Amino acid sequence: MPQITVEELRKSFKVPERKGGLFSSFKSVVKRKYRTIHALKGVSFKLDEGELVGYIGPNGAGKSTTVKIMSGILVPDSGKCEVLGRVPWAQRQEYVRHIGVVFGQRTQLWWDVPVIDSFDLLKDIYRIPPAAYRRMKDELVETLSLQSLLYMPVRQLSLGQKMRCELAASLLHQPAILFLDEPTIGLDAVSKIAVRDFIRKMNSERNVTVILTTHDMDDIEALCSRIMVIGKGTLLFDGDISRLRNTVIPERVVKIDFFASPLRLDYPFARLVASDDNWAEFRFNPTETSAAGIIELISRDNQIKDFVIENPPIDEIVARIYSEFDL
Amino acid sequence: MKAYLSITRLKFAVQLQYRAAAAAAFFTNFFFGFVRVMVFQAFYAFSSLDQPLTMEQAVTYTWLIQVTFRMQPYWGDTEIMQMIRSGNVAYELSRPLNLYFFWYCRLFSSRLMPALLTGIPVYITARFLPGGYALSPPDSAAAGAAWLVSLFLALLLGCAISNLITISALWTIAGDGMQRIFPAAIMVFSGALVPLAFFPDWSQGLLKLLPFSGLMDIPFRFYLGTVPASDILTSGLLQLTWIFIFILAGVWTMNQGTKRVVVQGG
Repeated sequence: MPQITVEELRKSFKVPERKGGLFSSFKSVVKRKYRTIHALKGVSFKLDEGELVGYIGPNGAGKSTTVKIMSGILVPDSGKCEVLGRVPWAQRQEYVRHIGVVFGQRTQLWWDVPVIDSFDLLKDIYRIPPAAYRRMKDELVETLSLQSLLYMPVRQLSLGQKMRCELAASLLHQPAILFLDEPTIGLDAVSKIAVRDFIRKMNSERNVTVILTTHDMDDIEALCSRIMVIGKGTLLFDGDISRLRNTVIPERVVKIDFFASPLRLDYPFARLVASDDNWAEFRFNPTETSAAGIIELISRDNQIKDFVIENPPIDEIVARIYSEFDL
Repeated sequence: MKAYLSITRLKFAVQLQYRAAAAAAFFTNFFFGFVRVMVFQAFYAFSSLDQPLTMEQAVTYTWLIQVTFRMQPYWGDTEIMQMIRSGNVAYELSRPLNLYFFWYCRLFSSRLMPALLTGIPVYITARFLPGGYALSPPDSAAAGAAWLVSLFLALLLGCAISNLITISALWTIAGDGMQRIFPAAIMVFSGALVPLAFFPDWSQGLLKLLPFSGLMDIPFRFYLGTVPASDILTSGLLQLTWIFIFILAGVWTMNQGTKRVVVQGG
């Protein structure tokens, strides 16, 4: 039985709307115009225990709305959502005990007291038994290297340090599911890697189901086996990364270094994308030809020094989807 | 239960960090108390009629207003209201708690602690001012005890009102509306502007029944001894009734509010 079942989920918001300027401000005093925004137009999916899913889509696509419904914060207009056998918004108080949430753009830590005070408060909020709390806290402090941060007031932490503490805070009560809404937003490369390693570890060692929304495709590539792409309130794709590649851009990339300027660069089945004095990049479709065949052909005319074969960057794939669906 | 105690404790600890704020509040409260005492002295000096309170009583009443100033519900919980405006309230909603009572406990600490930190120094200082300016001791030991009980109920009532103001921000986002209406009503109907005893006779019954008298006037009358300490039962019941009504209103508003919540800023 799936851990999370979402069926035909719909949610719309009414937003007041007016043209800019003073006159229309006066007009809106008398008569207010509302525009209905359909954030979710019937989204359905199922997740099993222990999955690590990337949930991506452009800004305003409905990612956060879905996450907030699944975490019991928002009530949908219609549709079904069952997580751990419960309806999140209906049994909110009991349900949220079993989930952890991190909103990358917000903070749950108390701003002006040491981090440890926020942790202790969470211990009481979630009624974590002292022994379990100590064990989990020690483990989190160890894996996220928080030793030196625990006794500092939150306001003095950097963004990356704060995010590590936020992650720890949302896992203290050992939730079965972790919702991460843009956990790497604004972080530097080192912090991003630390956060990713940690997410991977929690997923593989503790079998925590993770739903991750992000705009950082490196997050997706590093972590997720399954991706869901949402746009304009509907689910456009749901499957693993390789299938996403094959359906959107089935091409592979070959980058070749030459010993000298190449003599010939036009070949059948290999499209030249860019080239320089002693360097060239081709794309080919693996269903039409093989990588070995291409290298062999090219090496007949040119002296190859080195080559790599890789997938097109995931960013490009996602940009292609967004533009195909006119998002 | 432990979570509610824990939040109360943590909020206490946070309040204790703001020493400069407490000192500043002491000086402003003291200064304004002094100004108002002088206004009363001028009033009594030029009044030839019999007044419902003696000058000493009016001066004491004024100091008591200053002593309890920081526990009064002139504001909602500004931090929570900021969370609602910014959308940070999403985290509050993801906790396995009764949010009404969680926020109530926060308010309880953030009203009680400042009231103690500035109220006690103001009380002591005002007690030792020269005659005519001084805060008199309670009318009797019984009066003092009744005052403390009534004051504690006033604190609970104030938190219930504050919490309702806070929760109203789930509707209005800015939360300024309630935040202005309530203080205006509190100012006039609690006795904070002019002791309720000075209001016309025909209004006395109504003023006492309104929730606001329970914040200041009822406890202060016990202190002055203008009502007997034995009245604590009836007036306490009145305060408790209003506490109950405001809590019910707050819980209902909260339940409606969380059903239609929109998290600001994505």
